[in-house]
Amino acid sequence: MSISVSNINKRFGSFTALNDVTLEFPSGHLVALLGPSGCGKTTLLRIIAGLEKADSGEVFLEGVNASKLHVREREVGFVFQHYALFRHMTVFDNVAFGLRVKHRDLRLSDAKIRRKVQDLLQLVQLDWLADRYPAQLSGGQRQRIALARALAVEPRVLLLDEPFGALDAKVRKELRRWLRQLHDELHITSIFVTHDQEEALEVADRVVLMDHGKVEQIGTPDEVYDHPASPFVYGFLGSVNLFHGRVDGQELRVGDHALQLEAHDLAHDASAIGYVRPHEVQLLVDDGEVQDGLPAHVLRIVSSGALATVELTRDDGEHVEVTVFRDYLRQLGVQEGDRVRLKPQRIRVFPAESAKLATPQLAAA
Amino acid sequence: MAAATTSVICAISNIFFSTPDASRRRPATSEAFWVRAVLIALALAFFGLFLLMPLAAVFAEAFKKGWSAYAAGVVDADALSAIKLTLLVAAIAVPLNLVFGVAAAWAIAKFEFRGKQFLITLIDLPFSVSPVISGLIYVLLFGAQGWFGAVLEAHDIRILFAVPGIVLATVFVTFPFVARELIPLMQAQGTDEEEAAVVLGASGWTTFRQVTLPNIKWGLLYGVILCNARAMGEFGAVSVVSGHIRGRTNTMPLQVEILYNEYNFVAAFAVATLLALLALLTLGVKSLIEWHAADGGQQNAFIERGEK
Repeated sequence: MSISVSNINKRFGSFTALNDVTLEFPSGHLVALLGPSGCGKTTLLRIIAGLEKADSGEVFLEGVNASKLHVREREVGFVFQHYALFRHMTVFDNVAFGLRVKHRDLRLSDAKIRRKVQDLLQLVQLDWLADRYPAQLSGGQRQRIALARALAVEPRVLLLDEPFGALDAKVRKELRRWLRQLHDELHITSIFVTHDQEEALEVADRVVLMDHGKVEQIGTPDEVYDHPASPFVYGFLGSVNLFHGRVDGQELRVGDHALQLEAHDLAHDASAIGYVRPHEVQLLVDDGEVQDGLPAHVLRIVSSGALATVELTRDDGEHVEVTVFRDYLRQLGVQEGDRVRLKPQRIRVFPAESAKLATPQLAAA
Repeated sequence: MAAATTSVICAISNIFFSTPDASRRRPATSEAFWVRAVLIALALAFFGLFLLMPLAAVFAEAFKKGWSAYAAGVVDADALSAIKLTLLVAAIAVPLNLVFGVAAAWAIAKFEFRGKQFLITLIDLPFSVSPVISGLIYVLLFGAQGWFGAVLEAHDIRILFAVPGIVLATVFVTFPFVARELIPLMQAQGTDEEEAAVVLGASGWTTFRQVTLPNIKWGLLYGVILCNARAMGEFGAVSVVSGHIRGRTNTMPLQVEILYNEYNFVAAFAVATLLALLALLTLGVKSLIEWHAADGGQQNAFIERGEK
């Protein structure tokens, strides 16, 4: 079932949580609402669920205007960050709750409820915990029960508010893979809110990037990662290096050096900032013969697993981070203190003034 | 008390068994022996002088002239009527405040609205004004010279110096107990579980009955116990509105005062023992509830175990 919202506005006092947001969530997809805290993603989710009321704008469920419908009439499944399991009920009673509170005419028989709850507990692989209380479960188990409870009423859409936010890193990874598998089995239209870009890129079919109550970009994980539409998106989806300079045809002039640019639509001589991912910078050993690229020296090498992050200082004082395979680094023979030249492989440029609004992760470093 | 005794024992065992070596390894938060001894002695002396001795005195005075004199004091017609009235007043005031308190706490903890802080302050009002003033409010409203005095007289309705007045004054004085107990509890629990219930299709009443109420039951019971103790023991406000009519508008605390003023000490203390027993019972039940609630809390703390 498809979801769409149009022209949603929401303010809390003087704070604008959502500013004229219009979005389509296609049927059967798993969409991530991604953004920093305070960007309005959770508010949007709660408005779709009916837990929050928009100041203006409409919510459509399967093309039908649902803005006036009460939460309990919207038939949505909602999973909370902190699980919100009923603490005085057993796991079984938690999952059965939605089935038992249905109006008498619509309610299943006790035997059918029992079977359905058992099936759901099997689906989340926790049928052996039916008699436990929420306090006796681990965080990961609780969230899976919360999901089973939400699915019990056969919701038309599934809304998840930072479902893995309160879990530790390992469980989070397991659980998001599991959620992806579950979605592939059930194909229920789902939206999940997260501030973790890795999580969004790994799990979702589509990613909606939000900032300051506005949608910044929509696309598949590859699209938004490879072709960020704005400096904000560039900075939010992973680390990025900034090269301040001036546009000169297909080149970016940084000091005395020229860097090759991708296609762009900036005017000649415009002040611009080039955005380059740490793995898109080539390291060249500076043996006096190479004239290409920006001169720099290696400050520190940090190894983690198969990769190494090389921290460098350009001759003009700017900080740069480059990620390479450790094997490659060994072949190059580069060590801390060495002089090298940096050759960005792929540079996206944005006008210098647009970057002021963004918060790229390395800009401050 | 138990805690104090334990610390005394600890302190004593420390003198006998601690070596100079051990004292050097004293934990950062423990004090020198003499400091502990002085503090514990002070606490015990205070406890004995101001709590234990008066309580013992009540029972000693009541039984001074033997069991039969005590029994005569309790089963006296006026005393029995005072007991009945006290129970009646509590039976009306406590359920009313149970409903008011839950409603007020629900509104404050689960909803955002303008004037919330003002409402919280208002709930505390009966605690902050003298009970005598609380009583006088009703005299001003319903007395012969009061705002509604003429209307009430015209319809021959008696509120002041009658049971309705006593009930009203008691309700006013005991209003904050349940609400005060529930507000922090409900605020701490947040609205997540209620939201989850509503999303799953539960009605407001079902949500309250099946989700909210089970979560607050111990706090609620605790508030009700305290509310009941105060409702039965209230003196000031009730004294102003009751009119002290023997056998008609005297509650137990008022009866105690009248008997005492008549130098009928045995009877006065006999009725007083009932109030003292009520207090002890209240404390007992309160401890039981706290113990239960803590037990539940421990169950909640029994978490964060590994996934497997």
